Amino acid sequence: MDTIYYLVQNMLPVAIPLLLVALGGMFCERSGVINIALEGIMLFGAFFGCLFILLTQNAPINPQLLLFFAMFVAALTGVLYSLLLGFAAINMRADQTITGTALNMMIPAAILLFSKMKYNSDGITTNINLYIREIPLLSRIPVIGDLFFQKTYLTVYIGFLFLVISYIIFYKTKFGLRLRACGEHPHAADSVGINVYKMRYSGVIISGILGGIGGFFYAVGVMDVNVNGHTGVAGFGFLALAVMIFGQWKPIRIMFAALFFAFLRTLAYSVPLIPFLDALKINQDYYKMLPYVATLFVLIFTSKKSRAPKAEGIPYDKGLR
Amino acid sequence: MQNSKNNFSASMKKITKSKWLSSFSATLLAISLGLIFGLIVMVVASPTDSFSGFGMMLFGGFSRLGNVFYFATPILMTGLSVGFAFKMGLFNIGASGQYTMGLFFALYVGIMFNLPSGIHWIVCIIAGLIGGMIWGFIPGLLKSLMNVNEVITSIMTNYIGMYLVDMLIRNNGKMFVSSKARTAYIPATAQLPSLGVTDSNVNIAIILATLIAIILYIVLYKTTFGYELMATGHNKHASHYAGINYKRNTILTMVIAGGLSGLGGAFAILAPSNIPGSSMTYEPINIIAANGFNGIAVALLGNSHPIGIIFSSLFISHIQRGGTRASLFGYKPEIIDVVIAVIIYFSAFALVMSSAIGVVIKKRKERKAEAVNTVKEIEEA
Repeated sequence: MDTIYYLVQNMLPVAIPLLLVALGGMFCERSGVINIALEGIMLFGAFFGCLFILLTQNAPINPQLLLFFAMFVAALTGVLYSLLLGFAAINMRADQTITGTALNMMIPAAILLFSKMKYNSDGITTNINLYIREIPLLSRIPVIGDLFFQKTYLTVYIGFLFLVISYIIFYKTKFGLRLRACGEHPHAADSVGINVYKMRYSGVIISGILGGIGGFFYAVGVMDVNVNGHTGVAGFGFLALAVMIFGQWKPIRIMFAALFFAFLRTLAYSVPLIPFLDALKINQDYYKMLPYVATLFVLIFTSKKSRAPKAEGIPYDKGLR
Repeated sequence: MQNSKNNFSASMKKITKSKWLSSFSATLLAISLGLIFGLIVMVVASPTDSFSGFGMMLFGGFSRLGNVFYFATPILMTGLSVGFAFKMGLFNIGASGQYTMGLFFALYVGIMFNLPSGIHWIVCIIAGLIGGMIWGFIPGLLKSLMNVNEVITSIMTNYIGMYLVDMLIRNNGKMFVSSKARTAYIPATAQLPSLGVTDSNVNIAIILATLIAIILYIVLYKTTFGYELMATGHNKHASHYAGINYKRNTILTMVIAGGLSGLGGAFAILAPSNIPGSSMTYEPINIIAANGFNGIAVALLGNSHPIGIIFSSLFISHIQRGGTRASLFGYKPEIIDVVIAVIIYFSAFALVMSSAIGVVIKKRKERKAEAVNTVKEIEEA
């Protein structure tokens, strides 16, 4: 039982970045823009979130409140960075995959450049403690308290809140319906008076918000509020894309996919602590490959009946209507 | 006088219409925007030395010409790999994993096998080719049979390949020197013949790579296979309708692209060099090979044309050398990676931009001509 508690407690902070970033990718792709740049957006948000923490960590403020402010900083910078993708993909009708790749390449190098010149290190290292040992009262609930309210981060609860908000925006508002229309058949959407460019920008901006926050939450929950130009976010932006595809571009399914991938990754990094797996004596590096190999297999089995937005990746040209 | 002006505007029109020149000017535009961005970063980072640092970045490579060629070889191969797949409309972002695989195969044969000199390095190169081909085969197969997006699969194979290679090396007692946390050096028999230019590491690989680029040009532009490939790249459905075997060609293209990247890895690891750590040994530190991603920049700048890629790889290598030497003025070499990324970003839509500029110039010309005509009419009246 302790092993299960341990796995769940460690899985949730890993699942949340995947969940948020995959939701961001979902908004972006359902509006018709492929977002390969999620990895870069994540790292950009993580960097500025951590920079904010670094500059304010000695102020006499509650650390959890600081996390909340840093989250806004990460969201804002994520939006700024995603606008570069939006400008290229929507206004300039550039190849969205290439643009995304360029944006991904820029950030690790820029972080290394900045950190080496400013701090003489490979990234930003903070010494704030955002870990929550237990939440009063709630952690006393028998099983649930052990699973969800002990040894965790605030990010977990904020993440699930964002899932609920995203679901409502996506399915229960006029805006969500219009956004989805632009990814399926933009010309039809345009013909009934929906501004496709505006909708696609909204999709990109939402992916910037969620991507930036997701990146910062990765830095909090996985890297202990540090960010580093060499490892970056370890391909989480790309894994989030796989999560999104596995979740068939739908919020609730994306949540289950994110939990699945996070479980695999947690397993990979905690083999020595699990007696059953440790007894198998399998090289730990095999487990490190596991999330990526699982992604390949998931893609193989889901892409035949893939429900990708029909118009994704195709720049919208009003003149073709 | 009037006549020559007319001639000039006629030739101007021809130039703006010519496709080759517009893509060339688009590339130049992207490069200059990238360099301007680099200059801005330098000015922000440390204003006093920025111009001398920038000058070093631009021209510093000329004094290390041999090393420019040496470092251009791997990215020429990965650039050809990405460019070749582009011609068929496939985005081979997996060049990095294929490069690592080719590097590992070459390293394995180099260290584990005892072969006579003269044959050993050739066998190593072939091993690298095979390693890359295997790693390119996976996304190609998945794309053609299950229609899985090759971008995501090849990103995954990048990570799998990197972890796999690092694991295989760490668990191999003969290859891995644990006290130095890196592999043993490859023996002299497995090293590529040097071209013997003093003060440089230039070796036979640059000649081989250039030959391969020329062969690719012939395959693409003078054979049926190349024609089919580019037809598929232009319009998948039309080419399918015309009876071109899409599935077979997808696999074949990805295998060839993988092989090219694998050769890049082999060339990089087998090269004899006096720059510590740059070749002959490998450090398994779980980092995705940067040369694969630089290949994307090279391919885009070369407009995916094999001959263009030769020049763009030299250019990228040149500014990389310059960027390394700009550290004399306190700048970090990572600035070049930033500049390259900015260049890719702009080259993704530079064609749109340069044609927009062309339209503006054309309109201004026409307006001018109109004005001249009205003035003439008034004078005549």
